[in-house]
Amino acid sequence: MADEMDEMMEGGEIKKLMYVTRTAPYGTVYALEALEVVLIGAAFEQDVCMVFADDGLFQLKKGQNTEASGMKNFSPTYRALEMYDVEKLYVEKESMDARGMTEDDFIVDVEVKTSGELASMMEDMDIVLNF
Amino acid sequence: MKFSIAVHEGPYTHEASDTAYQFVTAALEKGHEIFRVFFYHDGVNNGTRLTTPPQDDRNIVKRWSDLAEKHGLDLVVCVAAAQRRGIADADEAKRNGKDADNIAPGFRISGLGQLIEACIQSDRHLTFGD
Repeated sequence: MADEMDEMMEGGEIKKLMYVTRTAPYGTVYALEALEVVLIGAAFEQDVCMVFADDGLFQLKKGQNTEASGMKNFSPTYRALEMYDVEKLYVEKESMDARGMTEDDFIVDVEVKTSGELASMMEDMDIVLNF
Repeated sequence: MKFSIAVHEGPYTHEASDTAYQFVTAALEKGHEIFRVFFYHDGVNNGTRLTTPPQDDRNIVKRWSDLAEKHGLDLVVCVAAAQRRGIADADEAKRNGKDADNIAPGFRISGLGQLIEACIQSDRHLTFGD
């Protein structure tokens, strides 16, 4: 597997890759499985960023407690993103305002961008992966 | 043009797999290349040969298998998503101590790296799902 990955990554140009995640952490599996893609994708050493929009912002909410629901609380994993060199984390301003959230609500440092700013960034990407 | 495709939803519940199939068929007809079709989330359920749809309905799984055979398509089911949802080939079934496998012809099970690699190698990547 490691050999296979080394082979895949050899000699290629670095592409701009944006992950967009738009769902709440629990309720559906999309957020968790999106995070798994981001962690595996880190091995390819591309120029990556991650956008949290819509209910996706709740993935980053401080103080998650899933005990009563029996779901696995995977929110600490977002703090590990930095170690995987996934450092550009963007939160959509409109989604944040609509949910009454502020930057202080998040477990990681994020940059707040308007949907217009995100749209032009998206325009500039080679790859956009949507979850 | 070289395309890679991701299918994020299961068959019949959601039309994502149908639309992806129609896109791939049309792209191939126009002479484009499909680098890989990657099945993720409930999309892995497109890869079980045990589906038995009513005779007057389309057979989504068989349609993918037939297309793969005809065009040598690379249909990849994500291993982590497949394990959660009970999709296994013979190797996976053995490794996890299961009494059966169910992968459909033309599909193979592999890791998420295959999705990222497909995106990097292709001119365009399209995701089918919500």
